[in-house]
Amino acid sequence: MKDSVTNILLAGVGGQGVILASDIMSEVFMEAGFDVKKSEVHGMAMRGGIVTSHFRFGKKVYSPLIKEGEVDILFAFEQLEGLRWINHLKPNGKIVMNDHKINPPVVNLGEMEYPKNIPEIIKSKFHDFYLIKGTEIAAKLGDQRAANVVLLGAISKLFDVKEDIWLKIILNYLPPKVHELNKEAFILGRAEIK
Amino acid sequence: MKKVLSGNEAIARGAYEAGVRVAAAYPGTPSTEILETIAKEYKEIYAEWSPNEKVALEVASGASLVGARAMASMKHVGVNVAADPFMTLSYVGVNGGLVLVTCDDPELYSSQNEQDNRNYAKFAKVPMLEPSDSQEAKDFMKLCFEISEKFDTPVMLRSVTRISHAKGIVRLDEPIIPPIQIEIKKDTPKYTMLPSYARVRHRFVEERFLRLKEFAEKFPENRMEINDSSVGIITSGISYQYCKEVFPDFSYLKLGMVWPLPKNLIAQFFEKVKKVYIVEELDPFLEDNIRAMGFKPKGGKDLFPICGELSPLLVEKGILGKKFKPRKPIFDQSLPPRPPNLCPGCPHRGVFVALRKFKVFTAGDIGCYTLGAYPPLNVVNSNVCMGSSISSAHGMAKALGEAGKGKIVAVIGDSTFLHAGVHPLMNVSYNKSNITVIIMDNRTTGMTGSQEHPGTGYTIRGEKTHQVDFIELGRALGIENPRKINPWNLEETENVIKEELEKDSPSLIISEGPCMLLRRSFKRVNKPLRVDQTKCIGCKSCINIGCPAISYQPVEGEMAVTADGKKRKGIASIEPTLCPGCHLCYQVCKFGAIQTEEERPIFGFEML
Repeated sequence: MKDSVTNILLAGVGGQGVILASDIMSEVFMEAGFDVKKSEVHGMAMRGGIVTSHFRFGKKVYSPLIKEGEVDILFAFEQLEGLRWINHLKPNGKIVMNDHKINPPVVNLGEMEYPKNIPEIIKSKFHDFYLIKGTEIAAKLGDQRAANVVLLGAISKLFDVKEDIWLKIILNYLPPKVHELNKEAFILGRAEIK
Repeated sequence: MKKVLSGNEAIARGAYEAGVRVAAAYPGTPSTEILETIAKEYKEIYAEWSPNEKVALEVASGASLVGARAMASMKHVGVNVAADPFMTLSYVGVNGGLVLVTCDDPELYSSQNEQDNRNYAKFAKVPMLEPSDSQEAKDFMKLCFEISEKFDTPVMLRSVTRISHAKGIVRLDEPIIPPIQIEIKKDTPKYTMLPSYARVRHRFVEERFLRLKEFAEKFPENRMEINDSSVGIITSGISYQYCKEVFPDFSYLKLGMVWPLPKNLIAQFFEKVKKVYIVEELDPFLEDNIRAMGFKPKGGKDLFPICGELSPLLVEKGILGKKFKPRKPIFDQSLPPRPPNLCPGCPHRGVFVALRKFKVFTAGDIGCYTLGAYPPLNVVNSNVCMGSSISSAHGMAKALGEAGKGKIVAVIGDSTFLHAGVHPLMNVSYNKSNITVIIMDNRTTGMTGSQEHPGTGYTIRGEKTHQVDFIELGRALGIENPRKINPWNLEETENVIKEELEKDSPSLIISEGPCMLLRRSFKRVNKPLRVDQTKCIGCKSCINIGCPAISYQPVEGEMAVTADGKKRKGIASIEPTLCPGCHLCYQVCKFGAIQTEEERPIFGFEML
């Protein structure tokens, strides 16, 4: 029974919509008939700091925290934050990563370098790696903030849950005036994973 | 009906279903969303942000005395502030049910300490329930009110970050109508803690405690799950979930009520199970009390850390001991950290950049501005608890005498000042020290995610209300000439701070600049600034104001020289999507390299 739980670790930077994305995923998988739990930290960490959200679904979920090394899918909204958490993945885990960089303060100050070639490093260690131009696609649609919906579109392809459940719940979280744009963002994201 | 709810949303729902009439709180991570949810979702409940936790609990206790079910919620350190009424409310008891929700923060995600508030239940001799997920958070909240009324006692519900900010599926029920009528009911000996009456109530508390112990034995949420009888775990709250995750086949004694403890039930568990571990976060609270009863667990705090939060991995490691095999990391290079930061355009930044010049000791307080302690600002030098900046600065000035003149500054936020800074400022003028107090008035409770307070002019539900005038309040407390500054105007800010530091009397400066996340304050933000890279000499003056929108890149070759021939090692740039155009960097650049896109530079913003 324990094996039937899927563990997804969402990671990014405060302000990228990581928590909203995991809220949406929780409702999607509840609607699809699973037990769900998720956990994250609010408050101080939100101010441009690291944001992670543990999301789990399955027949019965106990811990809201994923055990280190048990992550099935790492869902990264930013490159460095993707690299930071790869030790939490199972050896055969999957990675869905936004092709986007946000400099941390030490890099802005010129004291440390932003790690080079992150996608290559990850690719050399994990077979199932999807690099998604989430921020770029959203910017082309006219609103960079829709990047998280592009990414949700992409990751949705990895599960056997109907597209309209995803769309219904995503749009429920958004004001009507941005529905069209986000619908398109989701569809474009979904087309990113074949 | 089922819904995905956070622990905090579930606690709010539990209050609603229990028929709560009055709910009061002061914001504090991880408790804030309890009252926010009540205010937003459950209009039947009177909800308020009180100025501090002591007020919140007293408000709730008043409602209880006239028969209403009432609650106060707060973070773990908030209970310290509310401890004065709380310890005596244990004697007074209740009329309508009274629940104090404490949300502890193991791992200190957003706190100044990681105290374990289970100790308060023992200290105050009141029952405490501890849910292990959102469903229980809702259900236990309702049980708390029943226990409160049945035993004439305030009841504590303890959550932790991983309950409050975790989500799970919750079954919703309809609200009940509480059994007690709301009316004025005088019972002076019970409600008036004069020594003669309080002595009687203390005896009541001790008798009540014996009855609660009996109740704990049969309380269905203290439950045994007997599986493998060779090994079992006594646990509660979030730790239960971590244990079940890694050891689903062990036996369990899961305590829904963590104070008082059910001695007979514990004895039965020790009889049924050969090897018993006690797994709990933070203090050995269960362990010490169970050992004091004479039981001998196989392991407890010798196996699990006392500091920080637990996790499935730490539980596994503790129990497996030498048999635990750590995985080899896939990647073990150290990566750039990403500490929290003041936002681009944050009004606090200007005050810190100005203060840095004066080389003063800056006593900090609780709020976003504590981040001024980090590089590159390095301005804030101390921080203990709500309101402590002003009183500790006063103490420093008194100890230093002449040597401290013009050297001691206290910085405190508007919400924090109204929470616990008024009395310290009263003391400054009453006992005559010459410190400079800066109220960083950003018109909100920022760090917890923007909540109203008595200085914003709005209630929790967004109704207009009286707004405290900091200048008038400062005058009333004895500050002769409180001054206002625009923190985005660096020259003005520096000049006013300089003048106030030189004064031989206490001084008060109000830095008026709304939080950048408080959109209702701004008519518009400005156009982003940009760096003229032909002029930038890479001096890092702008970098050193610590704005996340500004970055520095090393340059080589033909890039390593400016248009007019000055050598440089790097250049600055501004990320336009992050820059709201506060123009602070514009003011620190001595080489005219930072350029405004506005007709003329704007120091600050057009406000509504």
